[in-house]
Amino acid sequence: MIARRLGYRGEALWLAALVHRLSGIALALFLPFHFLALGLAIEGEARLDGFLRWTERPVVELAESVLVFLLAVHLLGGLRLLLIENFAWRDGQKRLALLAAAISCVVAFAFLADALLRAGP
Amino acid sequence: MNVRLYLWQRGTAAVMAPMILVHLAVIFYATHRGLTAADILARTRGSVAWALFYGIFVLAAAIHAAIGVRNVLDEWSPLKGRRAGLAAIGLGTVLLLLGWRAVAAVVAP
Repeated sequence: MIARRLGYRGEALWLAALVHRLSGIALALFLPFHFLALGLAIEGEARLDGFLRWTERPVVELAESVLVFLLAVHLLGGLRLLLIENFAWRDGQKRLALLAAAISCVVAFAFLADALLRAGP
Repeated sequence: MNVRLYLWQRGTAAVMAPMILVHLAVIFYATHRGLTAADILARTRGSVAWALFYGIFVLAAAIHAAIGVRNVLDEWSPLKGRRAGLAAIGLGTVLLLLGWRAVAAVVAP
């Protein structure tokens, strides 16, 4: 019922294309802030250090994990596209898209786990 | 998207793919070690290699993001054609200037 209502929007590869597009938009919106933060080094080491200490808050670490996920999923989704467009077609595209999402989740989780372990009890 | 933009989009993607892997490794290294600003700047300041790496990375990202956003605007927003292109050029320019400023901030001796 739900699958019929969603139509092609329920297809794994349609979702992969949507995730690729949304992650790209999110990264494009994030980049100016990322550059402004790094640009704090112009104002001196202490200014950048103050920002880095601020990023150690759990909620910021969580947001960073989401960004790592977005970067990884956009990279892997893009590599899948480059493979489709430049090499001979191979079956199992849905599996490749799923693999890309799974690897991105693992990378982001590893980042978060490392942050939590560093924070300690 | 015309053929020229398509080639730039895919070309910058191919250039950035290995760079993103290196960037992810740098992120993991820096956060795992809990590097301070002094630690980071001691490694980057005066480094031609980091300046070149991130200078090219920023250039490719600005072009790639601008073309991607142009496509999204053209398909999903009231901004179509030339107006979407102008907005994308604006975004790309901002990304390039802010990005190179950030690179200069961390690599200039």
